[in-house]
Amino acid sequence: MVQSMIKNENSIQLNVQSSKNLREQKTPYKEKTIVFGTNHFNLWYGNHHALKDINLDIIENDVTAIIGPSGCGKSTYIKALNRMVELVPIVKTTGEIMYRARNIFEANFEVEELRTRVGMVFQKPNPFPKSIYDNIAYGPRIHGIKNKKVLDEIVEKSLRGAAIWDEVKDRLNQNAYGLSGGQQQRICIARCLAIEPDVILMDEPTSALDPISTLKVEELIQELKGDYSITIVTHNMQQAARISDKTAFFLNGEVVEFDSTDKIFSTPRDQRTEDYISGRFG
Amino acid sequence: MKYIEDTIVMKRMKTRINKNKGWKVFFLAGTLFALLCLVILVIRIIIQGWGYLDWDFITNFASRTAERAGIKAALVGSIYMMCIIAPVSMILGVGTAIYLEEYAKKNRISNFIRMNISNLAGVPSIVFGLLGLTIFVRAFALGKSLLAAGFTMSLLILPVIIVAAQEAIRAVPKEQREASYGMGATKWQTITRVVLPAALPGILTGSILALSRAIGETAPLVVIGIPVILRFLPDGLLSEFTTLPMQIYDWAKRPQEEFLYVASAGIIVLMLFLVIMNSIAIVIRNKFQKRY
Repeated sequence: MVQSMIKNENSIQLNVQSSKNLREQKTPYKEKTIVFGTNHFNLWYGNHHALKDINLDIIENDVTAIIGPSGCGKSTYIKALNRMVELVPIVKTTGEIMYRARNIFEANFEVEELRTRVGMVFQKPNPFPKSIYDNIAYGPRIHGIKNKKVLDEIVEKSLRGAAIWDEVKDRLNQNAYGLSGGQQQRICIARCLAIEPDVILMDEPTSALDPISTLKVEELIQELKGDYSITIVTHNMQQAARISDKTAFFLNGEVVEFDSTDKIFSTPRDQRTEDYISGRFG
Repeated sequence: MKYIEDTIVMKRMKTRINKNKGWKVFFLAGTLFALLCLVILVIRIIIQGWGYLDWDFITNFASRTAERAGIKAALVGSIYMMCIIAPVSMILGVGTAIYLEEYAKKNRISNFIRMNISNLAGVPSIVFGLLGLTIFVRAFALGKSLLAAGFTMSLLILPVIIVAAQEAIRAVPKEQREASYGMGATKWQTITRVVLPAALPGILTGSILALSRAIGETAPLVVIGIPVILRFLPDGLLSEFTTLPMQIYDWAKRPQEEFLYVASAGIIVLMLFLVIMNSIAIVIRNKFQKRY
């Protein structure tokens, strides 16, 4: 297993020059490509050991769901993947997280570069208090795109990608705060698509939404999974079962079980997983 | 078994409601008292000063006779001084606030600095006057000039601007910064495109209110030794000058009764000046106000 992984990483390294190229070509071979490889990863908030020896491989173009009770470290883990967790000043880490065979914590991997490839959608819809257009154009603009035509195209493509173009195309210049919560969240997803990421991290993206908006976001995730690798943290186990290919169950900062979603929900190996998914605790 | 009996609840209801009403009356009385004092003061000043307030009063220099006394030098001096204070204090103040809120690590030293800046806002203005006298007037040899006074006043209001800007920056939701960082924006891009636009109304309101304070301040200028009677306009940064409150102070302490009325006219000009500045602050706040 380890050997095959190393072989895999080597073959990626040949291809890694431009991740965009890589994305367009997809993988020429049948083996699954690992987007995020987490090896013996530990994380502390001050003295609190929040993540303990995490080993987890996130596969390209899969939807990976992370479930677990509150405070189990699932949000911390997903925020470690784009180093968002470092916004908390007292965080310490050991071990490595490999993004396409590069350690994201190594000195010459700029955090801005990582976050350009790894987009994030947050728990609470957080559009900027700007127009819908400026919200979507924010990402391309910070990366130096000024051409109005190009921006127009990116905005339309991103909004279409997030399945909200028809709802907002006539009011692109209106403030994004005039939209409903569900629409705001899809605007945030569109904003994330506008930087053309490789991976999309979603931190409980539907927990602040009503059931119909939740359904729309879930459908959207299904549509996006062909083009992006999606990792989603969710409190909602039915959601994990509906939309994900693989599921990781976190408990007290450890990965209890990580397997295909079918297996986790039908024949879990660990007693604690079974207790959790059957609603006995959490 | 019921723990809360209806009869007791009803009996206490009366006293609770009366207590509530009593406090309301007390606070209302306090507000009215302050308002009444202010109204009496303003009316008295307007009655006293109105007769002397005409175009000549604005365009004349100071004079030994009350009829010909004017406020030109003081008004122009105040405006010039503000032109120095506004950029100096705002650039330094907002810069400091951005550093403390966005860049500085939260540790004991930075907390100590933060706390002391708040304390500085409460230091009496005369102390800043002494500081200005020692540093700008003497050590930098700027003399009793516009520049020395402008720098001194900037120092005086700097803590107020820093605190106001810090609060405005802190009020920008964390989620907004996360959204920006999450797309690969640098700290500088996040500050200029997300944090500052959202914090701008608060920063500007705080800064203009602080500027109003600087305009009305006399003590530091007295310590620096700003002259009172000037019959020329300042012609450069190192020129001597005077300001509205200094001029008013001089008129008010003269023995002749007419000069008291002249002082009142000066106060009206100063108050109009402040009202205009505060209105600008309100307009700016309403125009840029953004809700989350």
